[in-house]
Amino acid sequence: MSFSLEHSPTTGDEVIANYTINFGPQHPAAHGVLRMVMELDGEVIERIDPHIGLLHRGTEKLIEHKTYLQALPYFDRLDYCSPLAMEYSYVLAIEKLLNVAVPLRAQYLRVLFAELTRICNHMLNLGSHVMDVGAMTPNLWLFEIREDCLTFFERASGARMHSAWFRPGGVHQDVPLALLTDIADWLDTRLPQLFDDAMSLVVDNRIFKQRNVDIALVSKADALAWGFSGPMIRAAGVPWDLRKSQPYDVYDRVDFDIPVGTRSDCYDRFMVRVEEVRQSARIMKQCLAAMPAGPIASDDRKISPPNRGDMKSSMEALIHHFKIYTEGFHVPAGEVYVATESPKGEFGVYLVSDGSNKPYRCKIRPTAFSHLQAMDFMSKGHMLPDATAILGAIDVVFGECDR
Amino acid sequence: MAAVLHSAPRTAPFDGLAADLRVRLGDDLLALAERHGEMVLTVRRDSIEDTLRMVRDEEQFQQLMDIAGVDYPDRAERFEVVYCLLSVTRNLRLIVKLATDEATPVPTVTTLWPNAGWYEREVYDMFGVLFAGHTDLRRILTDYGFVGHPFRKDFPLTGYVELRYSAEDQRVVYEPVRLAQDLRQFDYQSPWEGAPTALPGDEKAGAQP
Repeated sequence: MSFSLEHSPTTGDEVIANYTINFGPQHPAAHGVLRMVMELDGEVIERIDPHIGLLHRGTEKLIEHKTYLQALPYFDRLDYCSPLAMEYSYVLAIEKLLNVAVPLRAQYLRVLFAELTRICNHMLNLGSHVMDVGAMTPNLWLFEIREDCLTFFERASGARMHSAWFRPGGVHQDVPLALLTDIADWLDTRLPQLFDDAMSLVVDNRIFKQRNVDIALVSKADALAWGFSGPMIRAAGVPWDLRKSQPYDVYDRVDFDIPVGTRSDCYDRFMVRVEEVRQSARIMKQCLAAMPAGPIASDDRKISPPNRGDMKSSMEALIHHFKIYTEGFHVPAGEVYVATESPKGEFGVYLVSDGSNKPYRCKIRPTAFSHLQAMDFMSKGHMLPDATAILGAIDVVFGECDR
Repeated sequence: MAAVLHSAPRTAPFDGLAADLRVRLGDDLLALAERHGEMVLTVRRDSIEDTLRMVRDEEQFQQLMDIAGVDYPDRAERFEVVYCLLSVTRNLRLIVKLATDEATPVPTVTTLWPNAGWYEREVYDMFGVLFAGHTDLRRILTDYGFVGHPFRKDFPLTGYVELRYSAEDQRVVYEPVRLAQDLRQFDYQSPWEGAPTALPGDEKAGAQP
């Protein structure tokens, strides 16, 4: 039924019907390409139907057509804000199937750079969350830190973002000593200074609190039922961190605390991440102190390539190098599900091998998938502008969500 | 069981879980395997909802982390649907799977975990596995109006259609995929492994003179 205002029987006493608006797919607060069909009652959200998949590239299908090593760089392109954390699950899944030992230095290096990735990721998320609710300056300051992180990645791997530096059996190349000392200096000076400066603008800010406190409350039971992980479940008061409960590499040798929230609102999610940055810095310092010298990749020549020098003198090394970069290595048949604590939550890889040199199936468990699914029930009854705060606190990146 | 050399995530040991599950599941359990440090259950398709409810409530696997589809075209029931569960209290992971084909629906588990909704939509979208009782079984990752199920093994990597912006029509149009160069498929498998060693003349080797 449609009628214009003149013909309405009750002019001046209009009942506003629910209406539907389209949020995205090109919206600065959507953190990528997210389309949300929102049903509103005035300015209050009644229902949200997120439409995802606008960045679907068929990564899992592409991986099935590549050897294990060739498939690795696809992981950088999943969550492009924390590339090394994505590679981590994949290399651990391969190592689990191969049952290959990783030298201690490589384990420390991986933990060190995974935590650097966490800082790098949180700088982007905290900054954009703050910007989503109206503040500009902290984002610019946090990007300074992010820039430092990217420079460190570049010095380690040659690439600022898509490092492809973690390899089955270890890491690709050793880092120069100067890089480690520079990271240590940075952890002591620039990081705390810049980070605390930026946070001092935000954490006690009245406007920031008004926009975040008591927004999108999630009970412990709901957080478990909806498959939350990472800062989202910790903000709900569940001290669940895979680095602590299911340690991989040398996480059981380093000392760190798990921050948990008390109210389970967007503010808690923000503050959990703030504390995680400090804990990550703590882990990195311990890694730098405890890291031994030694090899940085497995000495199993069927899995990790020989160094360049050996190839000049050893025929066997040359053959191994050739075989690894053409045929690759064969992985025993079987299936594993390996999940690590990525900055956004549990990032899992379900890897099925049929014994050949290519994965038979590689299902990627994105963190954002469960979180974004809960967007509907978290937003119900909140105002339209709260949707951006909720979305910012979820920390969603569509490269990972859509794969 | 060989010694664990790798440094992948270390969960709690499966103490007695296998025996416990065998008793509780009875005939619904088709296979139970422990390989590579993972416990993998294969259950009857129709019992999946009851099985997972039991595993959630009695065995404390509170979280459904993922539902994966896998395609094995050679099997009579070609699809596997794989449920990855996590227990935060017992610190364990469990993989439960079942087999189905294109036509037979799998009972939904959205009644147990609300987040199963999107996972089942994804398996439907990618493989065409149907879920009985799912209230909103739309496609999720592919485009609106997409035809086919791209992660099936018989779906080509290049797909069937490609997308471009048409300046004449002022919109995005679909066209049959045209490759300037064939997609390169390298056979990296070593000819020294697995190839039949039928050298000319070999067939006479075993013959009686």
